[in-house]
Amino acid sequence: MDINATLIGQTIAFIVFVWFCMKFVWPPIINAIEERQKKIADGLNAGERAQKDLEKAQEEIAEQLKEAKQQAAEIVEQAKKRGAKIVEEETQRGHEEREKIVASGHEEVTAERNRAREELRKQVAVLAVTGAQKIIEREIDKDAHSDIVEKLVAEL
Amino acid sequence: MISGEQTPTQYIQHHLKNWTVGEGFWAVNVDTILWSVLLGTLFLWSFRKVAKKSSAGVPGKWQCFVEMIVEFVDNSVKESFHGKDKLIAPLALTIFVWIFLMNLMDLVPVDWLPTAAMYIGYWLGFAESPHDIYFKVVPTTDLNTTFALSLSVFALIIIYSIKYKGIKGFTKEMTMNPFNHWTLIPVNFVLESITLLAKPASLALRLFGNLYAGELIFILIAMIGLFQLPAHFAWAVFHILVITLQAFIFMMLTIVYLSMASSEH
Repeated sequence: MDINATLIGQTIAFIVFVWFCMKFVWPPIINAIEERQKKIADGLNAGERAQKDLEKAQEEIAEQLKEAKQQAAEIVEQAKKRGAKIVEEETQRGHEEREKIVASGHEEVTAERNRAREELRKQVAVLAVTGAQKIIEREIDKDAHSDIVEKLVAEL
Repeated sequence: MISGEQTPTQYIQHHLKNWTVGEGFWAVNVDTILWSVLLGTLFLWSFRKVAKKSSAGVPGKWQCFVEMIVEFVDNSVKESFHGKDKLIAPLALTIFVWIFLMNLMDLVPVDWLPTAAMYIGYWLGFAESPHDIYFKVVPTTDLNTTFALSLSVFALIIIYSIKYKGIKGFTKEMTMNPFNHWTLIPVNFVLESITLLAKPASLALRLFGNLYAGELIFILIAMIGLFQLPAHFAWAVFHILVITLQAFIFMMLTIVYLSMASSEH
């Protein structure tokens, strides 16, 4: 239990141990620990960032979806309007066409009628003249009385 | 208790005596040196193994354990010592683990290693009788070890004081504290010297006292016959606390003393 040269030996041993620890043990271990701590912190940060990005992306998606829906609704609306317009236009045109056809029919009928009447009138005139001729052949000269017959025909 | 022909006093004395080679001051306690160097080497070897392949990747189990201790020491140092210093943290780690391992030898049943050494020594012809061979396995129950540690710390305290405050600052601290008047310089010097010297003395004696007392109680328990088993167990469980605590206290006080030495009052 006395103090003796062991003290010196132990001191030397202690100094050597501390030196060794300082040179070869402590720095690599503490560096690894600190590096790992940094890595973990970075990883956590990255995770958080990714989470935020995801949220943002989801928001964007929702936004875009809403927009797309709106656009689709607009397009449908437009198409409906356009369809209605086309139908209306076609109806209108149909009406017009009909009117036109009817009108031209009328015209044709009228013209036909006029022509027929003219024809008839001529024939009647001829007939009347012929009739009158037949009558007058017995009693009068055809040339002397033709103006009277003409007048009569014009009155028809 | 091993040998019937020993009286209790002889038994206790036998356990408390070092294997000493040489005479007077230049004698060397071979067992103390042997065990402390062995344990110190064990500590450095096992930690170096981790240090060599340490990476920031996924750590192995032993690496985790070592890193836990390193981080614990690092935190203790960071809490008390402000500023950058390459020595204090590894110093604290060495002190903590080395003292812990040396203290841990206390938990090896008291008779095992001394008895083995007794017969091996006798067989190798080191002594006339087995009882002349002494073998103490707990280096921290040797004042030489504890004082070697505390005096090294003491040297560091002085080195740090001079390094951070300069010779002038250190002298001023030694002479102008606590009474800041030139007439009281001798009084101040005496007071400050006592304060300074008390640090290594208290460090060494605290560790030695605790471990020596613990060892003595183990030896006493070893003499009470069959009931020693539960008693041993109980004391060993309690002693685990003492072992760890003493290692921690030594480390913590070293850090505190050094941080005091390197900062102005």
